[in-house]
Amino acid sequence: MERAGSQFSPRMDSRIQIWGMVHAAIVPIASVVVALVVGAAIIALSGANPLVAYSALFEGGLGSGRAFSRTLEKATPLIFGGLAVSLAFKCGLFNIGAQGQLLMGAVSAAFIGFSLQGLPSALHIPLALLVGALLGAVWAAIAGTLKAFTGAHEVITTIMLNFVAFNLTDWLADGPWKDRTPGNIVARTPAVAPEARLPDIVGVPLGIILAVLAAIAVWWLIWRTTIGFELRTVGQNASAAKYAGISVRRMTVLAMVASGFLAGLGGAVETLGVVGRFQPGFNVGLGFNAITIALLARTNPIAVIPASLLIGVMQAGASRMQFNSGVASEIIDVILALILFFVAADGIIRRVLRLRAEEGERVTLSSGRGS
Amino acid sequence: MRITGSIARPAAARIPWLTIGVWGALAILVLIAYMRAPQATTAVLTSTIRQSTPIILGALAGIMCERSGVINIGIEGMMLISAFLGFLFNVWTGDLFLATLGALLVGAAVGAFHALMSITLKVDQIIAGTVINILAIGTTGYFYQQGLTTRGKLTPVSIPFLADIPIIGPVFFSNPPITYASLILIVVVHVLLFRTAWGLRTRAVGEHPAAADTVGIAVNRVRYINVIIGGMLAGLAGAFLTLESVGSFERNMTNGRGFVSLAVMIFGKWTPFGAWGGSLLFGFANALQSQIQFLKNQLPSWLAWIGDLPPQFIGMLPYVLTIAVLAGFVGRARPPAAIGKVYEKE
Amino acid sequence: MSAGSEIVLEARNITKRFPGVVANENVSLKLYRGEVLALLGENGAGKTTLMNILYGLYHQDSGEVLIRGEPVRISGPSDSIRHGIGMVHQHFMLVPVFTVAENIILGAETRNGPFLDLNAARRQIRELSRQYNLDVDPDAYVKDLSVGQQQRVEIIKALYRKADILILDEPTAVLTPQETEELFTIIRSLTARGASVIFISHKLKEVLAIADRIMVLRRGRVVGETTPREATERSLAEMMVGRSVMMEVEKGEAHPGTPVLTLDRVTVLDDRGQRVVNEVSLEVHAGEILGIAGVQGNGQTELVEAITGLRPVHSGRVLINGRDVTNASPRRISETGCAHVPEDRQEDGLVLTYSVADNLVLNTYYTPPFARGIVRNDRAILNHASRLIERYDVRTPGPLTPVSALSGGNKQKVIIARELSREGRLLIAAQPTRGIDVGSIEFIHQRIVAERDQGAAVLLVSAELDEIMALSDRIAVMYHGKIVATLPAASATREELGLLMAGAQPTNVPHETIADGRATVKAQR
Repeated sequence: MERAGSQFSPRMDSRIQIWGMVHAAIVPIASVVVALVVGAAIIALSGANPLVAYSALFEGGLGSGRAFSRTLEKATPLIFGGLAVSLAFKCGLFNIGAQGQLLMGAVSAAFIGFSLQGLPSALHIPLALLVGALLGAVWAAIAGTLKAFTGAHEVITTIMLNFVAFNLTDWLADGPWKDRTPGNIVARTPAVAPEARLPDIVGVPLGIILAVLAAIAVWWLIWRTTIGFELRTVGQNASAAKYAGISVRRMTVLAMVASGFLAGLGGAVETLGVVGRFQPGFNVGLGFNAITIALLARTNPIAVIPASLLIGVMQAGASRMQFNSGVASEIIDVILALILFFVAADGIIRRVLRLRAEEGERVTLSSGRGS
Repeated sequence: MRITGSIARPAAARIPWLTIGVWGALAILVLIAYMRAPQATTAVLTSTIRQSTPIILGALAGIMCERSGVINIGIEGMMLISAFLGFLFNVWTGDLFLATLGALLVGAAVGAFHALMSITLKVDQIIAGTVINILAIGTTGYFYQQGLTTRGKLTPVSIPFLADIPIIGPVFFSNPPITYASLILIVVVHVLLFRTAWGLRTRAVGEHPAAADTVGIAVNRVRYINVIIGGMLAGLAGAFLTLESVGSFERNMTNGRGFVSLAVMIFGKWTPFGAWGGSLLFGFANALQSQIQFLKNQLPSWLAWIGDLPPQFIGMLPYVLTIAVLAGFVGRARPPAAIGKVYEKE
Repeated sequence: MSAGSEIVLEARNITKRFPGVVANENVSLKLYRGEVLALLGENGAGKTTLMNILYGLYHQDSGEVLIRGEPVRISGPSDSIRHGIGMVHQHFMLVPVFTVAENIILGAETRNGPFLDLNAARRQIRELSRQYNLDVDPDAYVKDLSVGQQQRVEIIKALYRKADILILDEPTAVLTPQETEELFTIIRSLTARGASVIFISHKLKEVLAIADRIMVLRRGRVVGETTPREATERSLAEMMVGRSVMMEVEKGEAHPGTPVLTLDRVTVLDDRGQRVVNEVSLEVHAGEILGIAGVQGNGQTELVEAITGLRPVHSGRVLINGRDVTNASPRRISETGCAHVPEDRQEDGLVLTYSVADNLVLNTYYTPPFARGIVRNDRAILNHASRLIERYDVRTPGPLTPVSALSGGNKQKVIIARELSREGRLLIAAQPTRGIDVGSIEFIHQRIVAERDQGAAVLLVSAELDEIMALSDRIAVMYHGKIVATLPAASATREELGLLMAGAQPTNVPHETIADGRATVKAQR
């Protein structure tokens, strides 16, 4: 886990570093285990066999090559969402609006994808991704600007913007951008041009590669650049940031823009890589899962990857579980909520494992609703 | 002693001319509308009151929590779980009263859970609320079975004579029980907060917990009780949705009302009557949305374009309104000073 | 005020430990009926901890408390209130948005069924006001009262609960010398009516003036007990700090040069839009220390914020080295070479969760060699930290230790090290030694004088009159947002400054420049 000063680690004994990472991972791992146990109790209570359910779940997510590629597919937007929420957290902002930003990114990437024909992939793909990311950024910038200049709390504004985005994208997909091919009656856009679809690079989907690169880029931005230092300073102590000559307003807007950029990119990647068009009701629940992932990863961008893979496994295996054991796939949401609870209330896990509280940076959000 | 500056007196109770003016203008507008289209006007106003019911209840829940210094963004989840379990209680028992009572208790339990997280376990209060919201979506989704409906619904009860007054009668005196309850609770919460010893202590705990502690007030106990009361109010809002409004449960049926409630609470500067004004505004927006189909034909020609708007745009209205309200009012409204902070002595 | 022989409160062998420190070790005290017992000690000597134990806010690890001879268990303020103990805290425990009456009855409300009975409260408060000659309006909002008035509300709050043992924690910290006199009159009238008072202070003169007996605490232990008749300021100071230290700084004569900071009729508004700084004009020259004396809350904080760009200047001009920096951003002002030791070091000056190294570059992180473009140079930051830690004697396990783990004095040294190590000709130091240990105070004072001797202009703001008098070359007195007078430090006396701080008109003060609010204050010579 990144401590306040871990940026000075090059010469630090690597064993100490590894121990530090293991130590930081204990609470999240224990939280997952406890959540799975409680989830098992709920499954048993509703009359099914939790062992059967869980083995089907993990078989469906990891049991075969196809299962694993499904897991990667599910994990890709989760990584982008988890990064978006983590980055905002670093600046003391709670972006519950990843969902809406993802929708805006997805619908605009789809538009670029289906409206332009005949562009080469090398141009079409970057363009569609960029437009998607920018629309996500614009959507988040609304909340960031309102927070910076009027003090409207981002928790409420981003949720409201989610609902606006649902309605707006629904209208686009059912109105001006509707798929007019004969026989189609549902709300959806036309399929994107084949040149705009994301290819596999030596068998690995481009989407997951981009997600991993994004995680590394976010880590670099936060810990190795002055911009990251400014973001973190505003998140840790806004009045000290002001004293140090950092513009709190500028960083608030910037953090939301970067966060929305990532979420929008996630939407664009999923549209171009997996779905191939925009459909309303797209990836519902991603916003909340992204919060769980960010907290499970303790807002560490690199740790977002394994956290997303874990949840990807569950999502990929859910239908197998439902088929094999009759347990409704919604149990995943219950387990995710329990993971979030145990990670957030880490005092419980610490008390059980007799771990000391960690020093260093904390996530605090509840500091007033004013500026 | 040289007295520095004269002893300030509280500002004489100013007559709220602005408020009177706004309400007066609204009343005149309503009268004009009523004279031109009596049925439509009554329908919209009745719908406004009903639509505002869960929002004012949620806002009252928020006021109870935040006045004592605990942020509660989990109201949405509290409503959803209570709506779901209230609905199930009705399916099992067939009794609407028992079901409503059950929803209240469920709300209290979830409130206690929020208090446990944010007071005892010292979880960041916004994250604690998020845990409740996510848990609510997950558990209600998992245990939900399709095809169940309530046995009966809470139906309007007309108050004799009063219900016969034009406009006011059907709007205020011919409502179902939870709507009446919400109107009464506005007054109750106001009196509780501003006229009782409990309210004085609650506000002291929310403004300056150390001051309350030094005069022997158990800060965390006051917070627990207020958050639990808040949970019950949110529970009643949930009961309204399933038992009074819809008559069945739908996934995610709260649809952001819990968050709208918080915006309304801020709009009303953490006072019950102010919040009521805000929730009527949202109720009105929702009422227009639900009545638009019926109103279409009655619109004057220069407003006909409203009827042709895509339904999604009308659906956005309450949410856009919430954002506008937050942007316009937050800067000027001052939340309780100790909000969001864990109180620790040592 | 002859003290009786009846012991109303006794503490026996109280010990209280906090993680890493023993706040009280085997402390015993006796309080007699009708006396004023002064508890004297430095910041951090354990006075407040002891009182918080007596009031039930903390619990002792061992030892016992007796009230009127009976052993009692005080597990919370409601117990101590029941036993007749009242406490006026250093930071008032009043709800600003409540009225005086609401604050006084809070927790012991006058009721009518479940409802508040404010009329009964008003009656009782007026009665108490008359009895003790404590003038307050029950319907005034506390946020509109002066500090002196708020203090009286606190005293009535205790009396309303029928307290006859009154603990006053640093009650004079925010008062003018004249208001302090007034408080002493109140204390005497309380003891005359049989109440007993524990008076906590670190100010020797006041203790000698008001106490019947004096107990001195050092590092959590009782180091001596005496009476004003036997003690002198010097003997008390030695007991308090363990060696003979008076607040005196060795410094040579100042050699002022050109003006570095010029304020021209600067007006600043507070958060509520009130004029807290009213047309202040002054100049600080290279090679001199200008001290701003004044009771807290007379606009000093806002003045510093306005100069450093943290608060808008409403009207007037601020010039640094002749360049207009009025309403420039904090970054730009800092880049003109303005170093700023902020008043609230925990809140503004440090990011507690960051390492010492990161805090040492808090406002220079973006400049070479600490960054190339937007990329941080961690090696340079670390080297810089190691150098400063040594040069400024910061006691820390290492440069990567979070600054939250450091003591108050060492935290302040981190700030001093950061600000003084920058190239700059202007130093603005607000309350630079508040609440830190004597060793660090001496060190910091020496560094400030050294800055002056190297040609920096220093603007010093302090609530400690002794500090102002010891360090400054010129003293400007601020009252109600105005500089009411500027005097050469060499000839200024405590009494004179005290009167000016209280708003007295500067009349027969010879050869100083007096500002009437509009005229620019000239430096002498």
